Amino acid sequence: MISLTHFLFVSACLFCIGLYAIIAKRNSIMILIGIEFIINAAILNLVAFGRYDKINYSGQIFALFAIVLAAAAVAVGLAIILNVYRKYKTINPENITDLRD
Amino acid sequence: MELAIFYAFAALVIGSALLVVSLKNTARSLFLFFIVLFGMAGLFIFALADFVAITQIMVYVGGVLILMIFAFMLSNKELLADLQNTSSKFLSIPNWQSLLLSIGFLAVMSYGIIEWHDNFPQWITENIRQGNIIKSSDNNINQLGIKFMTQYLLPFEVISIFLLAALIGAAHLSRKEDPK
Repeated sequence: MISLTHFLFVSACLFCIGLYAIIAKRNSIMILIGIEFIINAAILNLVAFGRYDKINYSGQIFALFAIVLAAAAVAVGLAIILNVYRKYKTINPENITDLRD
Repeated sequence: MELAIFYAFAALVIGSALLVVSLKNTARSLFLFFIVLFGMAGLFIFALADFVAITQIMVYVGGVLILMIFAFMLSNKELLADLQNTSSKFLSIPNWQSLLLSIGFLAVMSYGIIEWHDNFPQWITENIRQGNIIKSSDNNINQLGIKFMTQYLLPFEVISIFLLAALIGAAHLSRKEDPK
């Protein structure tokens, strides 16, 4: 049985990589990938802790909820990115400076 | 043996995640993202969450990744030119500030994890003492179905409505507006 510390360390590494992607990347799709990394790190933590809760199965159930939430976030985010690209012809967030026309 | 396979999966996940953020080419990053998600599904199995692993593969690899590749191809005219020029700088560092920030975060979190190490919270020690932990011989999917339909029925329904609303909203946002 793998100890909890191993899971926590892997998910901390994945979280930091996602943070780096969000801050450093100049491409909206890569930023979305960074957010997905962070959500995946959170799901790994939920699942690793959920192993110790057999009565409620709360870890696994909320991991499933988190996966659904991430999927919804990606669908809406990509729709917004496509709209922004149609308007500005770029997906670099630094060039997108105004909210209204 | 189990530990060796776990380390292999962890190295796969972290290595390909590092490659995803360090490659210049977005198309390659997207396909490496696919490998990261598969590796995460493997790690979920090590945490005895087989149903979550299958859902991860179906939702992420079947849905999210296809969506991302579509969005990338619709929003990047230089895709073909981008694929042809292979960047010679493999591990380029675009800006050191963000690297410093994320390494700082990693340092703080690893310090916390090492300090925490085996001081489990009370509910974990209680459950270990009473034997209420999930074993590899348990029938997880059966239990999850029962829990979803009894104890967690309200969150389940709420998230169904939420997902429906989000998908309709995404379809509405990305439609072509007819010129008037």
